[in-house]
Amino acid sequence: MAIHVHLVDQPFNPGALLGPFTNAHPGYGGLASFIGAVRGDDDVRALELLHYEKMTRPGMEALAEEAAHRFELLGLLVMHRHGVMEPGEPIVMVAACAQHRRGAIAAVDYCMDHLKSDSWFWKRELRADGWHWIEPRDQDHSDLARWSK
Amino acid sequence: MAVKLVFLGKLADLAGGPERDVAGPLDWDGLLAALPPQVAAQVQGQKVKLALDGALVADKAALAAPDGSEIALLPPVSGG
Repeated sequence: MAIHVHLVDQPFNPGALLGPFTNAHPGYGGLASFIGAVRGDDDVRALELLHYEKMTRPGMEALAEEAAHRFELLGLLVMHRHGVMEPGEPIVMVAACAQHRRGAIAAVDYCMDHLKSDSWFWKRELRADGWHWIEPRDQDHSDLARWSK
Repeated sequence: MAVKLVFLGKLADLAGGPERDVAGPLDWDGLLAALPPQVAAQVQGQKVKLALDGALVADKAALAAPDGSEIALLPPVSGG
């Protein structure tokens, strides 16, 4: 079983990652992926994600290990940007492959809920009147709570 | 030697920069005394967590940061 966790400060191409990830797991039964990007609506001109090197990457690696074990994955890819991004740019990609579809789909959902509200990232948006820090949303915490039932 | 303070998220704005070196070693009272008042007020709240050399501090009041260590001040996350 292969786990790949990347935290990068440059744009990435999700499509270019998915092909090799798929090819690396011959014989899989199901593969699911999610891509999150900077929304093009609102008044947001740029988004910045800050991280803390000593904790963000180790936290992502622990999350990936946990998900791979919990959902009996054959492979898991977690790619996350930090730094300044413009609308349309991918922020995060999670791809999971497993023997059956449910494990793959659930693993992606699980990783995204934990990346959104239980990982060491801080986000701010650049609007016409300057930078605004984004506070945690209640929805993120209720999404996370689904997994501890 | 010193203790490095790392301010994450909006705490960096309040502190006037992302990092600052202060004289070590540092305990909880020493940390509060070394911080600008607005940041000290935030750090005393429950929402802000501390990490010492990358490990979360369970009891902030029991902080014991030796010379050469790094304390991160972590406001609530809003990532992904």
